[in-house]
Amino acid sequence: MKNRKFRFIISLTVTVLLFVFVCYLAQCILMPKYTGIRKEGALISEYYDEVKDHDVIIIGDCEVYENISPITLWEEYGITSYIRGSAQMLVWHSYYILEETLKYEKPDVVIFNVLAMKYNEPQSEAYNRMFLDGMKLSSTKLKAIKVSMTEEETTLSYLAPIFRFHSRWDELTGEDFKYMFGVPKVSHNGYLMRCDIKPLEGLPAVRNPEFTDFGENAYAYLDKITSLCKENDIELLLIKSPSVYPHWYDEWDQQIVDYAAQNGLQYVNTLKLQSTIGIDMTTDTYDAGLHLNLYGAEKFSKWLGQYLQDTYNVADHRNDPELSARYEQKVAAYYKEKAQQESEIAEYGCLKMFKDHKEND
Amino acid sequence: MLFTSLGFLVFLAVLIPLYFLVPKKIQWIVLLVANAFFYVYAGTRGLIFISVTIVTTYIATMVISHLYASQEKYLKDNKESLSKEAKKAYKNKMQQKRRLVMILCAVVSFGIIAVMKYSGLFLRGTEFAQSLSLILPLGISYYTFQTMGYLIDVYRGTYSPEKNIFKLALFTSFFPLLLQGPITRFGDIGKQLYEPHTFNMRNFTYGLERILWGYFKKVVIADRILIAVKAIISEPDEYNGVYVLCGMVFYAIQLYCDFTGGIDITIGIAQILGISLPENFLRPFFSKNIAEYWRRWHISLGVWFREYLFYPISVSKPLLKLSKFTRNKIGNGIGMRIPVYVATVTVWFITGLWHGSAWNFIVWGLLNAAIIIISEELSPLYAKFHSHFPGLKQKWLYRLFEIGRMFFIMCSLRVLDCYRNVGTAFKAYSTIFTRFNYNILTDGSLLKLGLGVLDYVVVFCGVALIITISLLQRTGSIRDKIAKKPIGIQMAIFAALLFIILIFGAYGIGYDSSQFIYTEF
Repeated sequence: MKNRKFRFIISLTVTVLLFVFVCYLAQCILMPKYTGIRKEGALISEYYDEVKDHDVIIIGDCEVYENISPITLWEEYGITSYIRGSAQMLVWHSYYILEETLKYEKPDVVIFNVLAMKYNEPQSEAYNRMFLDGMKLSSTKLKAIKVSMTEEETTLSYLAPIFRFHSRWDELTGEDFKYMFGVPKVSHNGYLMRCDIKPLEGLPAVRNPEFTDFGENAYAYLDKITSLCKENDIELLLIKSPSVYPHWYDEWDQQIVDYAAQNGLQYVNTLKLQSTIGIDMTTDTYDAGLHLNLYGAEKFSKWLGQYLQDTYNVADHRNDPELSARYEQKVAAYYKEKAQQESEIAEYGCLKMFKDHKEND
Repeated sequence: MLFTSLGFLVFLAVLIPLYFLVPKKIQWIVLLVANAFFYVYAGTRGLIFISVTIVTTYIATMVISHLYASQEKYLKDNKESLSKEAKKAYKNKMQQKRRLVMILCAVVSFGIIAVMKYSGLFLRGTEFAQSLSLILPLGISYYTFQTMGYLIDVYRGTYSPEKNIFKLALFTSFFPLLLQGPITRFGDIGKQLYEPHTFNMRNFTYGLERILWGYFKKVVIADRILIAVKAIISEPDEYNGVYVLCGMVFYAIQLYCDFTGGIDITIGIAQILGISLPENFLRPFFSKNIAEYWRRWHISLGVWFREYLFYPISVSKPLLKLSKFTRNKIGNGIGMRIPVYVATVTVWFITGLWHGSAWNFIVWGLLNAAIIIISEELSPLYAKFHSHFPGLKQKWLYRLFEIGRMFFIMCSLRVLDCYRNVGTAFKAYSTIFTRFNYNILTDGSLLKLGLGVLDYVVVFCGVALIITISLLQRTGSIRDKIAKKPIGIQMAIFAALLFIILIFGAYGIGYDSSQFIYTEF
């Protein structure tokens, strides 16, 4: 009897352990790898592999991870920076990513792109996944999950993503197996490089905004970001990135101007500084004004670096041998990808990943 | 609370240990509280209606019991003084009283179901009908039929009434049965619900296996093929001809896996709690004729209608008179069968109505009755045919033909269930014989119904597994066979089934993991 009970307990333990292990392996295979045309899904998790001692942390949506090049900030001003951005990163996402980042490091300046203020409610499961699946499990992540979920989402599917991605078995490719334990780096300190050009040829007519006042929820989390920075003695810079679309209305701009004034913050609407920065939307954007390409991002970063040094006196670390050595590799990787993309564009007329994607479709 | 929801699994994970940890005396109270929670979770309004049914049934059965006791006492006290006629007259009087009480109670419960569920049949589209459909109590068809069965049994003297109203409430609202039955009789589960149960490893493993098997059928097969079924029936003008034929087969797979899967989960949960529920299916798609099919599909509903409707109608005064009349006028053969057919049509009309307050269900019920009657009338012809070909019935190919024929007939009838509109259903069905677009089977058209090749492969493998298991079941219980394997293999089977459900289940975002079809009935 005792022997039977013992065998039962051993069998049960082994089965449970094996089951969990197999499920873990399956989850590793089934989770999206974001190595193709949706690289932005891999941005959040890349941060954990970094040496975390940045002077500037940039938080926000695609208007930061496509428009600002931390490598240029380093090369031109010796500023160490990292973009913690993700696709359609909402204000509460930004707050929680900042809260998490501050557990690892304490920057001098935090830059927040204010376009996300237009959203007051959770928007998209796909973007939530890109953001939340990349985060390491922590109390911050749990709080972020709670406020981010759309109607159909469940906390369980974030804690065990196999419950969400189980049905991907019919779309698995070789890459899902190849990168099941980790994907290669896709960004340069959070910057997602694009060298292709699609000029701005005209914008849709500007209509009246659907709403004039930002929502309570958006303001509440902006307040939290402000408080968090103040508590940690960090300068908070609010910017509106120079992407011309989606349209940034004057009514919205005025609210941020007022907010910054009330809270003693700096706010720069760089849309108004396009000519100063030198952005030319016929050459500096890869999607007709929504995002800057590498050439635009470098121009904008040069301006931003100057602004940071002038306004916040952010340190120049180029004489620091350890940092210089580290950044030397980053700069090399940056130019390698730049050369690669430029050669692909020359050969195919577009980036190879888009050509492949089109062919697979 | 959906059986397929995370909330339900948490509910079970709390209930099962609690049930076995509390003192045995109060186990039934734990179940009652669980039922109340389950019911309230679905909406507090429904609680009013189920409470009315419980209270009125309790009062009625107690009054009937009292009338029985009074009758017995009166007859005993006046055993010597009463003549045989006087005793008979008294018994009849008391019987009438009991019948009146039973009918009054039945009118209340069936009245609720009639107003709540069937107003829509005549007031379709009105605001009143819409608001009623919104507050339709969970499981009203199941608990009403179960409770009315109990009432009739008490009236007939089959069972003594339950004196504790809370125990009656437990019988009426036992949560695994609320969603889609089986409609159980008081004698089957009443005692089991109230008696103490000790945790039993065999019950636990058997129950868990049954639950997993149910989830496999529901989540892996039914909810996956549902996507194609929905696509076909949503565009009857576009998807006609062979699409309808495919839709019929897909719907048969969906309905079978959905309903039997739900019943497997129900029976499995009850088994873990130590309660044995009657089976509701006996491999119905292996049936060779319609009568056999209905003895093997939704058995509990069939039994209910047979016990409480068909037999009483068959022996009712009007039908006995009709029987006498037809036998005198037409002769003993058909004359004797006509009253049976009248009862059959009545039962099937009500069976159709039970499934829903729509004409498609009524037509479906009447067509079933028509096929049963035609089969019965043609049986001499069959007998004659088989006398010319003795041994044909034993040939496996002929048996396969019979099974296929039955499957096609049932699929055809269910077109009315799919389209929910009699005109559309007939129009869609007729295109099978007028539009021969067989090219859709090979040109990839079926892949435009929301399912990919691999989805069809999963469904095909799942169905093949179910057929294999059904064939194996004929030689004994599969769970008994698994139980004889070494413990490691048993657990590996568990884990494999769970893993298959986890990966191949059509649940979560991107899928419409639906409520069970029979919950709507």
